[in-house]
Amino acid sequence: MTDNEHETGRPERRRPARVIGTPLSDTPFSGTPFSGAVASGIPDAGDVDHGLPAVPGVVPQDERKARRAERIAALCFTLAFAALVAFLVAYVRFQVGGLSATGASHVALGGTLTLALLALAAGIVIWVRQIMPKYELVQQRHPMASPEDVRAEVAATFVRGTGESGIVKRRLLRRTLLLAAAPLGLAPLVLLRDLDSSGVPAAQLHRRLGHTVWGEKTKDGRPLRLVVEGTGQPIRAADFNSPGGILSVVPQGYEHDLNVLAKATVILVKFRPEELRAGTKPNWTHDGIVAYSKICTHVGCPAALYEQTTHHILCPCHQSTFDAADGARVVFGPAARPLPQLPIGVDEQGYLIALGDFPAPVGPSYWERGDAEARARENGGHS
Amino acid sequence: MSEPRTVPERIAGPATFLDDRLGAGGFVRRNIRKVFPDHWSFLLGEIALYSFVILLLTGTFLTFWFKPSMGEIVYNGTYAPLRGVTMSEAYASSLQISFEVRGGLLIRQIHHWAALVFIAGMMAHALRVFFTGAYRKPRELNWLIGVVILSIALFEGLTGYSLPDDLLSGAGLRVTQGVVIGLPVVGTYLNFFLFGGEYPGGDVISRFYSIHILLLPGLILALVTAHLILMWMQKHTQFPGKGRTNRNVVGAPFYPAFMAKSGAFFLFTFAVIAALGTFAQINPVWLYGPYSPADISAGSQPDFYLAFLEGALRIMPAWEINLFGTSQVGTIPLSVVIPALVPLGVIVVGMALYPFLERWLTGDNREHHLADRPRNNPHRTSIGMAAVAFYGVLWLFGGNDIISANFRISLYTTTWAGRILVFVAPALAYAITYRVCLGLQRSDVAVLAHGVESGVIKRLPNGGYVEVHSRPAEDIEAHLRGKEPVPVLPYDETVPPKGLRGPLGRLRLRMSRAYGGEKVPPVNGHPHDEDGQAALQEGQNRALTR
Repeated sequence: MTDNEHETGRPERRRPARVIGTPLSDTPFSGTPFSGAVASGIPDAGDVDHGLPAVPGVVPQDERKARRAERIAALCFTLAFAALVAFLVAYVRFQVGGLSATGASHVALGGTLTLALLALAAGIVIWVRQIMPKYELVQQRHPMASPEDVRAEVAATFVRGTGESGIVKRRLLRRTLLLAAAPLGLAPLVLLRDLDSSGVPAAQLHRRLGHTVWGEKTKDGRPLRLVVEGTGQPIRAADFNSPGGILSVVPQGYEHDLNVLAKATVILVKFRPEELRAGTKPNWTHDGIVAYSKICTHVGCPAALYEQTTHHILCPCHQSTFDAADGARVVFGPAARPLPQLPIGVDEQGYLIALGDFPAPVGPSYWERGDAEARARENGGHS
Repeated sequence: MSEPRTVPERIAGPATFLDDRLGAGGFVRRNIRKVFPDHWSFLLGEIALYSFVILLLTGTFLTFWFKPSMGEIVYNGTYAPLRGVTMSEAYASSLQISFEVRGGLLIRQIHHWAALVFIAGMMAHALRVFFTGAYRKPRELNWLIGVVILSIALFEGLTGYSLPDDLLSGAGLRVTQGVVIGLPVVGTYLNFFLFGGEYPGGDVISRFYSIHILLLPGLILALVTAHLILMWMQKHTQFPGKGRTNRNVVGAPFYPAFMAKSGAFFLFTFAVIAALGTFAQINPVWLYGPYSPADISAGSQPDFYLAFLEGALRIMPAWEINLFGTSQVGTIPLSVVIPALVPLGVIVVGMALYPFLERWLTGDNREHHLADRPRNNPHRTSIGMAAVAFYGVLWLFGGNDIISANFRISLYTTTWAGRILVFVAPALAYAITYRVCLGLQRSDVAVLAHGVESGVIKRLPNGGYVEVHSRPAEDIEAHLRGKEPVPVLPYDETVPPKGLRGPLGRLRLRMSRAYGGEKVPPVNGHPHDEDGQAALQEGQNRALTR
């Protein structure tokens, strides 16, 4: 739909200049509502002289308008040039470094680049719309399908070529070729096996998901201490004594091991003993301090938000909500299982330690997980 | 300066050189004046194309500094708040690009904005093609290529925004891992193969890097090229109108008008994205800090194009089944698998199959080069709007925590609203769109039968007042008359044809008759140009436009 600025004929009868509900006469759906005469796209020969032969569907612009447009387009291009020079100057003048210096350089470079692109684009649009002719060229389409005789010839040639190759007649050739091709396709897949560099047989991979470092001991055979995430401070049970308190906790010695943190991070909540309910294993707590896996059982985000009044642990990713006072059972959201509870106690110096691993795999579910909670109950607490 | 009468020597020389060696003259002769029809909605795909070009340019720039490594270093750069913090080299080099490379922040932000515009442009383009039926024969293959490009682009985006290894991108990676590991049977293996071991391992950034900068963009580039070649070969569709038929194409020639317009449009797209990159901050990774699987910030959201998956994860109820109880096999976390696979599957597979399903239902094997107006195929438009509503609800509830916080609605209420709306909204959208389409068709019929309202009130000799209706502009009339009934399978009440006898055949016939046919009969005559006539038919007119 090329924009055609039709010269509407003078209406024969008194009518409104523009019919309400129809577009303005210079918009694509222009027309001549009353006279019925439409500029067919054939230029009026005497109208303009471009030195070009008149072609149907090509309506040259009025030379006076075009000359004005040329000046505007030239202004745009000059502006773009100036903006690009400013871009180069800004690159040299503004050094990056601190926040404000980088900010200044960023705005100067981006601003000049934007201006240059915008001015260039505007200039070209003015060129196309006001200097180039209005086009309404017509081209014929042809059916996509090849003519029948071409198809027949291709088919005949194909059959002939196939016959010459002997692939149909020579069965032994064909079958051994297919035989050879099948393993060739498998080779790249086999090569990808070492994408997994854990060094564990494939059938054993899932066993690694079921354990965390909390089940291990330090070099001198002592249970791992719970330390505060970030500071690495061990936690003395007597100091973590305000009910409603919460800590994000990691195993001592692994504070910066992301692979360990992805499974072993724990959320520590302090309760008054009477607040705890049946879901929480009382002998895995210490003086009202309960430890749950911080890794959400939905897809593994850290369930980091805690609401003191309701004892709810909330995962900010998908809003799975767990009741910390009741074994972190699921209260709401897409998580299907409670956050596993970590058995904790204190060492002789009064610091919190892990008494063992989680009873069930932490984090998101996987095919080989099975009902690990029920399994743990059957085995008396541990999986 | 006067217009040149012959090709200047500077161009003729190289052209001759090339033609002597390539024989390209015939191709250029056929194509230099190739006609491109003009409509604003035909530019949506161009936005996506130009954004992709910008992505390639800016992405190449970023690779010169980015270090795709999860090796840990202590940050020692110019951004003071993070100095002394242990972080991955990937994150440190993202900070370096942002603060220590001149124009680095600008290019990074342009790259991110261009990615959003790329996918948004493709989505808008796909909707335009769908609603106008431009995917019909002979363009089904190009439609399929487009669907594949869009799907790949989602993964391209995912691998891209995971690279900086900041806390937000890490949250996205963690969700990806939780989904991957939950896939039945293969999940654990995929997890170990993707991450090189347990999450997060030390390999995923470098692997995502080669996927993001080589594998997927290479595929997209190849498919985009094929997409453009097919578009060129098959010629662009056009809307019905005066002089425009199924056998021709009317518009501006490639050289010079379309070329110049496209160049200008590329520059406009670039200018808008550059302005966004300059003035609209996006993904300020330095504020998030390095990734740790132990930390998260509230309000973590993916980029907009993955929000529908995020929303699906959020509104899904907590369903999980253990096929074999306590034995270590057979866990299917439906609360992860369904939202991860079903919405994406419904949309992508639905898009891919639609041209073929429609052809099966309508039995329409003709070539179509005239774009439908969406109202003229009401069932298709309604199905499309239902899909948009389905996607839109999931997208919206990908931010239900933000909705909850800003509008002070209980979080759980928003989740329940999502669970209900995901079924209700598409049904409502279908019903409403269908009525709107029919209403618009009736309004077209009224315009053709009675003309357009002129705004002139006329007093009749008998004292009554009427509004004068006048004939619509000629090309508007041609546009309206371009409507074609949706084809229906040929049928005979008594003896159905062979293929339509079984239960599937009968269902096909019934669906065909519901889908196709003329819902609002067209008018044959021309609109009345006489004021009085229009007035006399006022009653009928009102019935038609209501």
